[in-house]
Formats: sequence, structure tokens, C-alpha cells
Amino acid sequence: MIENRPVSTFISHAVLLAGVAIVLFPIWITIVAASHDAARLLQVPLPLGLGDQFYENLKEVIGKGVGNTAPLGLMLFNSLVMALMIAIGKIVVSLLSAYAIVYFDFKFRMLFFWMIFITLMLPVEVRILPTYEVVAKLGMLNTYWGLTLPLIASATATFMFRQTFLSVPDELLEAARIDGAGPMQFFFDILIPVSRTSIAAMFVILFIYGWNQYLWPLLITTDKNMVTIVMSIKTMMEALEELPKWHHIMMTALLAMIPPVLVVIGMQKLFVKGLTETEK
Amino acid sequence: MSHILLKGVEKIYPNGYKAIHGIDMEIEEGEFIVLVGPSGCGKSTLLRMVAGLEDITNGEVHIAGRKVNDLEPSQRDIAMVFQNYALYPHMTNYKNMAYGLKNLGTPKDEIDKRVKEVAKLLELEDLLDRRPKELSGGQRQRVAMGRAIVRKPTAFLFDEPLSNLDAKLRVQMRLVIKNLQARLGTTTLYVTHDQVEAMTMADRLIVLKDGIAEQIGTPMELYDKPETKFVGGFIGSPAMNFIDATLSSDFDEIQFQDTKLPLKTKLNSQSSNIIFGFRPEHVTLVDNSAMSLHVELVEHLGAESIIHAKLGETPITLRLNGHIEAKNGDTLNVDIDADRYHFFEKESGLRL
Repeated sequence: MIENRPVSTFISHAVLLAGVAIVLFPIWITIVAASHDAARLLQVPLPLGLGDQFYENLKEVIGKGVGNTAPLGLMLFNSLVMALMIAIGKIVVSLLSAYAIVYFDFKFRMLFFWMIFITLMLPVEVRILPTYEVVAKLGMLNTYWGLTLPLIASATATFMFRQTFLSVPDELLEAARIDGAGPMQFFFDILIPVSRTSIAAMFVILFIYGWNQYLWPLLITTDKNMVTIVMSIKTMMEALEELPKWHHIMMTALLAMIPPVLVVIGMQKLFVKGLTETEK
Repeated sequence: MSHILLKGVEKIYPNGYKAIHGIDMEIEEGEFIVLVGPSGCGKSTLLRMVAGLEDITNGEVHIAGRKVNDLEPSQRDIAMVFQNYALYPHMTNYKNMAYGLKNLGTPKDEIDKRVKEVAKLLELEDLLDRRPKELSGGQRQRVAMGRAIVRKPTAFLFDEPLSNLDAKLRVQMRLVIKNLQARLGTTTLYVTHDQVEAMTMADRLIVLKDGIAEQIGTPMELYDKPETKFVGGFIGSPAMNFIDATLSSDFDEIQFQDTKLPLKTKLNSQSSNIIFGFRPEHVTLVDNSAMSLHVELVEHLGAESIIHAKLGETPITLRLNGHIEAKNGDTLNVDIDADRYHFFEKESGLRL
């Protein structure tokens, strides 16, 4: 039932606006703080309006970094590489394993499926010591592979692609077999294009998951040239010998927010389609 | 030499269920063969075994002189049209039709020529750049057929291709398929559950029931001389009437309820309990006869009237030309065309 009374319309709008305000206010504060100089941020009361240092702050952090960190440009690049490697790596591995589980009849198929499924209970945080040991022994500390490889094997994406593949009608496979397509051709020519919206949705989720990684990069990187932007914020606040440079830290936070936002906005349509579309 | 040969073909599923019981059939080149039967009779399974989508448990399938039991579907030189079309949703109709040829490594200009030829044949020329989603059901069906024709296969396999279409389109497409097949002269296996489709399209048809071929023959053979009671009841609309009857001791008269019918020739039967069958259209109304029916319902179709009546407790259907004035409770006297009697064994249902 759709109610159409002015009071309820007013209340629902008020609730929604309040929600938006609660979400937006901290972001506004971040923008404001990033646009003042260090001195102004130490005075009380804190400013609520924009300052005039935004561009200077931006130039400063991108080029030189905050305190003794690497330049922000490099950290953004590191984060981007890590997020992309995790997202793409997870998608590739999961597509292949889901393809094997759904379309091939091999011995112990269900056993393998459950083995993959069980890893849902073993995120990096749980297995962090042994994983660190393995990565260290492979000599992958302070490398992109060390940052991403332990995060790539993914049960969630495998599971989701399995569901997507199960919803693809069998006749499509049969038609392809009659059309002379082998397993590889069926996979690339038909299955992947048919599942592209699910892949896009998965990419958005995994990119953000990868971008927001904090604990693992913190452990695996000691070289300041390998630091990612999300973990760098924490290090910036721990600058011992001086006061935290809030205007630069806020600028960094702002920059760290932008790429995930761009990915979500850019892929919004495909994302929603991929999660809701049922007809293939 | 036969074009498609089935030799004792059997299908047994891993759980022990026997879906197809030893089917033998020889199909000549260019024949239009319809597999017909109620749902679950194994007709689609048999077709898919010919296509190579199901394993053949026992027996052999030969296509164009080659034993194909162990060949992949693509190596059997067949093309299949599916009930839900199974078009590749992300490809244009052109690419849908070209995909099989592309996989065979056909040169691009040859593909282009053949796709355009077939598109012209099926009146799809304006739709080639669109995707299947943008087409109506009938158009999609034509694209699916185009995809089959482009390959110039040895045989077409159709799996209930018309059952997703509305009634009017179905009649149209029936003609389109039949005409195309006659023009191309390609051997065709066609699965349907619709006996009208089967009768109108087939050169010969196979009636399947529970995985057993009840009868193989031309539509008129099946109509005139059904080998089993099941075929008699399945072919023809409305269905054949069946009455339990007793055969007299000298085999020249049958009796059911109060009616006695003399036979022209003696009937050779082990048992005196038999089933007497006659078709609704093989009766005439008379003023006085041995058989009188109680009318329950009359359907007027204009050109003909379908009368649902009862003889004692046995329901009887009559199909008479013209407008018959009758209503519930009336009594009708009918004569059955004596040349059109059918008799079946009571136990086995076999024709006598």
C-alpha cells in the first residue's frame, strides 16, 4: 500500500535528510580540514567553512608526502595496484574454479566445492601468522605479490559465480556444443559475456575490499615505498616528535576515498544489474 | 541406404531407470520424421541421443553411414533447434547464425554469404544486427532455425520448437518449417507432443510411450491401422472411442451392453474379451439402429458438431458434419462404418 498523506511524506523526508546529514557531516569536516593550514586547525572552535589552503595542501601531500612518508602519489599508485590485483586476481581464479565446479564432472567435485566453501571461515585475520610465514619464506615481503596473493583465493566470488553459472540455461551449453565450441570457446565466447554483469558487480565489491585492506599491508610492508594509502593515515597520526598535521592527514583521507567512489559511480548500473538480474 | 539408422538404441540412466527400450528405425534421406508421444515418453531423450547430448547406453546410431556413438555433437554433422531457442543472448542474430561456421574455420566471406542467403530465405535480413532480446518469439524461432540451416548439416533435429509460440503463430511456423524442409531436402527429426503437428508435418512418425516405439508409419497408416490401443487413442482428435466388448464363439459378432454388431470378416482372437474401437467421425445418425446413445453435451464448431454422449457408463464422442440439434438427455441412434472397426486385445492392447 502506498500512503500519500503530507504528514507521512514530511516525516519520511525528514528521516532521510537526517540520515544523509549524519553520513555527509564527517565528510564535510574532512574537506574543510583539508582546506585550512595547520595553525587554524589547532584553534578552538574548529572551522566549519572552507579555507583557502586546499590547493596548496593537495600539492604538498601529493608531491612530498606527510612527515616522512612516501609521496601520496606513490601511495595512491600502490593502493590502486593492490586493489586491482586483488579484484582481477580473485575474479580470474573464481571464474575458473566456478566453471570447473559447475560444468565438469570430475571425482570428488563436491568435496572440492566444500573445501573452497570452508575457506569462508578462514579470512586473513584468522590465519595471519602462518600466512605471514609463507609469504616471508617465499621472499615476497615488500612486493605487490606479497600484498595481494594471500588475499586472492576467494570463496565468496567462487560461490557467487557458481550461482550465476547455474542460472545459465543448459540449452546454451548444448547449442554451443552442437556449434562445435570446445570448453575454452564456450567459456570465453559465451559464458563470460553472459555473466558480465555479475563479473562487474563482483569487481566493484572486490575493488573496495582490496582498497580498504589495512591489517595485511601493515604487516607485510616495511619499505615506505610500498605503503598503501589506507594504512598510511594511521602512521601519519603516530608522528612522535611533532603535532599531527591534521590538514595533511585529512587531505590524505579525502584522496583515499576518491577511487572507490569513482568505481562505484562508474559501474553503478552494471553493479545493480549484476546483483538483481535473474534472466539470462 | 538409410540416412539415419537406429539399431537397438537403449538408454539406461545411472539410477537404473530405463528411458528408451531398444528402438530400431531406418530413416531415408530427406524424410521428415516426427517423434510423438505424451510427456515423459522419452522422445526428447531419443532425439538428444541422436544429437550426442546424451550417451547411448546400448545399440548404435548411424548418421550418413557413419557410426556416431562416440562422436561429439559437433562431429555428427547435425544441427538442432531447441524449444526455448537457446540463442546466445549477447550476440547479434548475425553472430548467432555465424558462430557454428566460425568454429569450423569457415572463411569470413563464405560465412557472410551463407548467413545472408539464409537470412533472405527466412526473411530475417532486417534483423541481423539486432540481438535476440529485441525479437518476438516467432522471429527468435526463425533465427534459431537459421542457425541450423546455415551449417548445411546432414540432419536437422527439432526439439518441440513450436511449443513456446501462440496458437496462430504455431500454425504459420508449421507451414514454414515444412516448406523449408521440403525445399532443402534435409533429413529431419522432429519431436512434439502435439499430435496435430505430428500428423500434418510428418512423412512418417514414431509414436513413443514409456520409451517403447508403439508404432512407426505414415500418418495415414497410423490413423487407419493403429497397431495398439494407445496409438489409436493418441492419433486423431477427438480421440478414438473404446468399448469393452465380447466376441461371439464363432468369431463373427461382437456384443457390448445391449448392442450386437455383426462383423464382415471373422476376427482371430484367443480371448473373447476384447476392446472395440471406432473413431468419432466414422458414425452416421440413423432413425433406428442397434446402438443408441444418451447425449450429455454438444459443442458446435460451425462446420461440425462434437457430441459427448454415453453408452451405458462408457463415454462416447461423436463428430458429425453440420449443425446437429441435440441437447442433454436426448437419445441418438447411430451406425458405425463397418469398414472402420478397430479391435484390440484386452490385456496387451495390441491390434487384432
